[in-house]
Amino acid sequence: MTNSRIGYAIALAALIAAPFFVYPIFLMNVMCFALFASAFNLLIGYTGLLSFGHAALFGSAAYVTGHVVSKMGLPVEVGILLGTATGAAIGLVMGLLAIRRTGIYFTMITLALAQMVYFICLQAPFTGGEDGLQGVPRGKLLGVINLSSDLNMYYVVLAIAVGSFALIMRTVHSPFGRVMKAIKENEPRAVSLGYDVNKYKLMAFVLSAALSGLAGSTKTLVFGFATLTDVHWNLSGLVVLMTLVGGLGTLLGPIVGALIIIALENKLGDFGNWLAAATSIEWFKSMGESVTMLTGLIFIICVLAFRRGIVGEIAAFFKRS
Amino acid sequence: MEIFGIPWPLMLSQLLLGLVNGSFYAMMSLGLAVIFGLLNIINFAHGALFMMGAFFAWMGLNYFGINYWVALFVVPVVVGIFGILIERSMLRWLYKLDHLYGLLLTFGITLLLEGVFRSFYGVSGQPYQVPALLSGATDMGALMLPNYRAWVVVASLTVCFATWFVIERTKIGSYLRAGTENPKMVEAFGINVPVMVSLTYGFGVALAAFAGVLAAPIMQVSSLMGSNLIIVVFAVVVIGGMGSIMGSIVTGLGLGVIEGFTRVFYPELSATVVFILMAIVLLIRPAGLFGKEK
Repeated sequence: MTNSRIGYAIALAALIAAPFFVYPIFLMNVMCFALFASAFNLLIGYTGLLSFGHAALFGSAAYVTGHVVSKMGLPVEVGILLGTATGAAIGLVMGLLAIRRTGIYFTMITLALAQMVYFICLQAPFTGGEDGLQGVPRGKLLGVINLSSDLNMYYVVLAIAVGSFALIMRTVHSPFGRVMKAIKENEPRAVSLGYDVNKYKLMAFVLSAALSGLAGSTKTLVFGFATLTDVHWNLSGLVVLMTLVGGLGTLLGPIVGALIIIALENKLGDFGNWLAAATSIEWFKSMGESVTMLTGLIFIICVLAFRRGIVGEIAAFFKRS
Repeated sequence: MEIFGIPWPLMLSQLLLGLVNGSFYAMMSLGLAVIFGLLNIINFAHGALFMMGAFFAWMGLNYFGINYWVALFVVPVVVGIFGILIERSMLRWLYKLDHLYGLLLTFGITLLLEGVFRSFYGVSGQPYQVPALLSGATDMGALMLPNYRAWVVVASLTVCFATWFVIERTKIGSYLRAGTENPKMVEAFGINVPVMVSLTYGFGVALAAFAGVLAAPIMQVSSLMGSNLIIVVFAVVVIGGMGSIMGSIVTGLGLGVIEGFTRVFYPELSATVVFILMAIVLLIRPAGLFGKEK
């Protein structure tokens, strides 16, 4: 236990120092998605529910925060709170409907409901349609800290991410988290032990939804926009991929996965150009545009050969030796 | 003549449009149900394979001069063989695992296929000419009936009912139904279940490709045409339940028609009405209209 505490302390120190060495926007992007993937992992990794609709939670929170801050001029912290509440509320409705079925049907229901949210966002007047909400100001936190500086924003995002991660860790290790795991391992057994399984599933769903909303709200503030990409099913797939690559049901997995996938998305174009220059094959120049193809390939490889994910494989290796 | 202030011809033409969409839903959900019954996998790639069917028809016409009628038979076979390759090389490793991995794998295949077609053809739609024999429209008095749309409904209903007949009324179908019920027992009777599984997947996929070829002249042929469809089809499958073949056909057609009428009475809802109905069905009858709760 002390060992892992030292590990976390070192990681925190590294994160505090990081913006002086790495581009802070990139780091903030990674943290938002790490939070999103961790929230998603709470469902798939600890409760055994595969949601394919998490983009709806992330995206609608992003829209609400963007609208509230830029159009209504409310303070940033109110925007984040309202965004998180939106995520939780949509998660409550989605969860209530989806937990009426199990397994594969649960997944299809979440996907279909998320598509409905997507269409609503496409048509609703306040979302800006195809253009989305642009130019959302970062404003001042509590009226004091000016967030337009990337460094200030970075530490706020860090605080949000670390706080949420602590909450997730606490949840997983609490009696509630144990029940979640019991449901994942053997649902009929959990029922026979007298647990109201649906209540636990719903609570897990809402918690995951609220944290996904928080991630979406934070992302809007970092980048200053909320668009249809944030609610599209592609993003739901991407968050599944992050979690899968990092390791389902591991605390650190989603974070590692988010880092890898975001880095891949951002740097693939550069890497392609470099390959094109090195090998003089023209095709590599278009590699930046073939992210979808590559994510598909990673998906296939992960499912076929690498189901434990990076963190899961490392943990399994240490357990064996 | 008017109904609720809506002119008759408009009503009829939306009904026809609804039937056209409904026949796509029916064919797609039928394929999903057949595959799910035997393989226990939800084939997310169904939409991508539908898209592939449409694209192969388009490529056949533009590169090799293969006309629509030939494509209608050849493309499903080609895509079906492609499906069998997918099943043999990838899906078969997942049967012992949680069903969710099958969904994730086929989702990956979807992204890969869409990515490949997008990198060659972009996202803009490619036009495909309606075959000469079916171009134009027939005057039915109340409305002008576009021949091609009528053909789509007739062709897909024929295929759907042929499938129903084969599965419910023939010897081969009885093997399939037995395999769905208890694969180990069927294997003990000397039937080669792995081959049956491959062929079933190939058949389901061929249905999707057939729908794709039918759709090519109506929808724009683009890399994204499948993924938009598949999500609606998932909702259709949740509403109908995957237990019954006839159930899939009826639910698919019915929802298409409802969607068509929604477009007349309240256009804003037409994109979401299927999902709303899904939510209502989940509240009233969670197992789906034709489903059986395990």
